[in-house]
Order: sequence, then structure tokens, then C-alpha cells
Amino acid sequence: MAPPPASRTLTQGPAGGAAASAAAGAWARWSSLPALWRAASLALFFAVWEIAARSGFSYALPSFTATAAAFWEMLADGSLGTAFAKTLYPLAIGLAFSLTVGIAGGVIMGLRRDVEFLSLPIFIVMQAAPMAALIPLVTFVYGIGLTAKVMAVVLLAMPVITINSYKAVRNVPPSLTAMARSFMGTRRQQITHVILPAASPMIFAGARLGVAEGFSGIVLAELLITPTGVGDLITFHRSVANFAHMYATIAAIVAFAVIAVSLLQRLETALFRPEKRSQR
Amino acid sequence: MTLALDKVPDGANPPAATPAASPPIITVEGVSKTYDGGVTALSGIDLAFPAGKLAALLGPSGCGKTTLLKIVAGLLAPSAGRVTVKGRPVTGPGPERAFVFQDFALLPWATVLRNAAFGLELAGMARRQREEKARHYVAEVGLAGFEDKYPHELSGGMRQRVGLARALAVDADVLLMDEPFSAVDEQNRRKFQEDLIRLRELENKTFLFVTHSIEEAVYLADRIVLLSPHPGRVSQVIDPDIPRSDDVEAIRRDPVYLDIVDAIWRGLRRYAE
Repeated sequence: MAPPPASRTLTQGPAGGAAASAAAGAWARWSSLPALWRAASLALFFAVWEIAARSGFSYALPSFTATAAAFWEMLADGSLGTAFAKTLYPLAIGLAFSLTVGIAGGVIMGLRRDVEFLSLPIFIVMQAAPMAALIPLVTFVYGIGLTAKVMAVVLLAMPVITINSYKAVRNVPPSLTAMARSFMGTRRQQITHVILPAASPMIFAGARLGVAEGFSGIVLAELLITPTGVGDLITFHRSVANFAHMYATIAAIVAFAVIAVSLLQRLETALFRPEKRSQR
Repeated sequence: MTLALDKVPDGANPPAATPAASPPIITVEGVSKTYDGGVTALSGIDLAFPAGKLAALLGPSGCGKTTLLKIVAGLLAPSAGRVTVKGRPVTGPGPERAFVFQDFALLPWATVLRNAAFGLELAGMARRQREEKARHYVAEVGLAGFEDKYPHELSGGMRQRVGLARALAVDADVLLMDEPFSAVDEQNRRKFQEDLIRLRELENKTFLFVTHSIEEAVYLADRIVLLSPHPGRVSQVIDPDIPRSDDVEAIRRDPVYLDIVDAIWRGLRRYAE
């Protein structure tokens, strides 16, 4: 057989959702590096951090080793666990809501012109607007309780999830839907057998961005509304100049968000992308 | 040949009388298509295609050949006129027709076998039954051993073979092929064309395919419909009389083949820039 020519593939949609696919591409590239290289890259970062801190240019920059020690200390005394549990509760509610409503809404917007016409402008504004600016408004309306924090997560996470799902459906190659039609597929079969599977990579890319935004939302809410959970831990250690503990908390929530987003990617490949698994 | 080749008449031409006794399986009567925005793609097309033959729609870009094929497929509605297949007017896609797409239209997440069985899957056939049937046609188009591969692991030519297997598997009487070889590289295209000649002897089906390649049309088709552009009209119908059964290699050296290619080119060259 001749080597395969560089012919167009149907998985790569047009340029829509460029941010999502660029982020996904960068992440896929990083994941494909050998474990040794990934470890080396992290080690280099920690080494630079250690040297920078030891050079003593700022008293507010703890060394990497001091931060790691603070991390173990907070893990051992349970303060980090309690804070995470408090933070993750509204985050989980907000993300569950954003993912179900956002994906369903985006898919319907992609499938139906009338829904698109009515709702697209709202989501375009929401995606472009600095949503953090709305958090004081959320406090004003919903107070300082759980609802306000869930709202903060939803405000940040949902627009990107919805817009990506909508674009994903719109970017399904028209020849695939025509194919389903020509083989007498019903509209329902078109959606379940062709449109949703074809759209799923971009929907998942949006979901990953949405989860990352959700983490921003909950931390912002905890810093701006009332200090609870991780936000409280950061604020408290800053106020008493416990910089190593403050850094450890920040690093912990960042690492947690990164791990959550990458697990989502694994889940997608495991559940929906058999052709990617066969590449390994 | 039913028409004098040295005279290329202007404008529409009535279709040539069917030479053999086989009745037409596809008839196109007065079909016109005007797209939203006022572009007339087709104007007053009258055609008939005999059963069991391979016919080509040939013409320069803008002659509406793909539009005509999609109207026969029921994927597009004509602005005027009607199409019948097996005596029934076309109002949408039907089980007696199967379409082969220019860009293959394979599901990237599905294996060769599932792609080939996809028409049967949509029709609600049980998994074992449809996979058995698809396996047969995957082998028939020359892809035995590739059943569990994914489209991205195949060359363009092999992908289009999957598209052909999918269309064969649904047991349609008519196969409609939209520039099936245009996204396939040259060597694979030639091999694929030879295989198609063998396949059509094996399968008793009617083929209607769109192409912009004169050589491809003359090499494969029993009937060539030449369309002229702006708006698309039938300019000529040619029934090349080339023996294809014994040696597929010899066709390209046949004097009749060479004469027809030359005559069509003389008719078409005025549309080239």
C-alpha cells in the first residue's frame, strides 16, 4: 500500500473555539512527553524557585522546601483538608449545574436556529465580559451564603461551556449529517449517531476550560465575598505573614485544578475516543 | 456512439434514445434548480439512465453536476421538474439509492467495519447480521484485514473504498457517487477505477457518478452526460462503445477511448480559462 496521503480528516473542525482547541493541543502535547521529561521540567521550575527564594530578594517569597514543609504540616493538622472540603462543595454544585445546563443548552443552540437567535447574544456578552466584576453584584442579590458562591462558579464556568458546545455542534462536517440523511437516518439518529459523537471532542474541550474557570470562580468568591475554605486559608496566612503556608495553599489549589482538568481529559479518551486509544 | 462527436451543439439537447432494451431506472424530467440568491445551477434537464449501467455526469465547474446528483439522491429538492427512480418520484433519500461522498463522510470514531455497516445500523439491523454483511463488502472492495482500523489510519483511496462498501452494503439498486476519486491520489485512483469495473460486473447495480475528469468518464462510463455551465444544461449525451470485460488495462489504449477523450476535450476546451 502507498503511504497515506495528507488528506483532510473529519475530526479537525474549522477554526471555531480556537482557544479551546489550542489549550487542548498544548495539554495533549505536554501529556505525550515522556514521564522523565515532565519530571525534569517540574524539577527545573522548583530549582529556580528555590534559588530565587534563597537569594533573599523578597522576604515574602518562601523557598520551595519551606513551602513543601508547610504543605505537609497543613495536610497533617487537617486544616488543608477541611478548607478543601468547604471550597469543593459549592464548586461541585456549580460545575454540575454548569456542565449539564451548559452542554445541553449549547447543543440545543447548535441544533435549532430559533434558540440560537434568542440566546447567542447573551452568551457572547457573558463570554467576553469580565465576569469577576459581577461578583459584588451577586453578593448584593444573593447575600454571602452558598447560593452566592455557586452563582460565582456558574457565572464563570457556564459561558465557555455553552459556547463551545454550540460551536461544536455547528462545526460537525455537513457531509456527515448528509450521509446520515442519505442512509435514511431519522433526525434523532442523526443527533445521537453522528452529531453528538462528532461534536464531543470540542464539547469536552469546553468542559475542561469551564472546570478551570469554575476554580477561578470559587476562589474569587472566597476571596471577595466571605473568606471560607481555601480563600480563608490564603487570607488568614497572608494576614499573619505566614508566607510559606499561603504559598502552599495556593499551590495546592492550583495543582488540584490541574489534576481535575487532566482527569477529565483521560475520562474523555477512555469513554468516547476509541480511535485515539488505538493510536497508542 | 449515438451522436456525431465533431459537432458540439449549443444549449440543451434531448437525451439520446436508449440503445438497448433495458428500461430507464432513473428519469430526470425538466429539472431546474435555482439557489436562494438567484443563482441558476440547472435549467431544464431531461435525462434517462438505463438499469445496470454506469453513467457519468461530466462537465466544467459550475455546470451543476453535483447539484443534479444530489437532486437524484433526494438530498436537494429541485425548483422545478421531477426525478423518478424505479418509477417512483423522488421526494427524499430512499432505500433504493445509496450515496458515496466526495470527502468520504466516514465516522472518525468508528472502525472500518462499523463505518461500512453504518447504513444498516441506521436501518435498525441487528449487530451480528449487519457486521457479517459489512465484512463481506469490506472484503469485496479489497479491504479484508482492515476491518478494525480507524479512518485516520487509512489512505484516501482506502477511505473511499470504505465509503463504497457502506453504499454497497445497504443493497440499493442505484449507487450515486459524487466525485468519488477526486480526493484520492493518482496511482490509487487508477487502481480503484479498475476495481470499480470489476465490481460492477459482480454487483448488478446502476451507477451514476460525477466527475470532472474526461479520462475517468470515458474509461468507466457506458453513458456520458456532458453538462455545460451557467446555467447547467445537457450539452451532449455520449454512449461510448468500448469493450471493458476482458482487459481493463487495454481500455486506455483502445482507439475508441482515445477518440472520445479527444472529442470531449475539443467540446470542453472553450470553458477552460
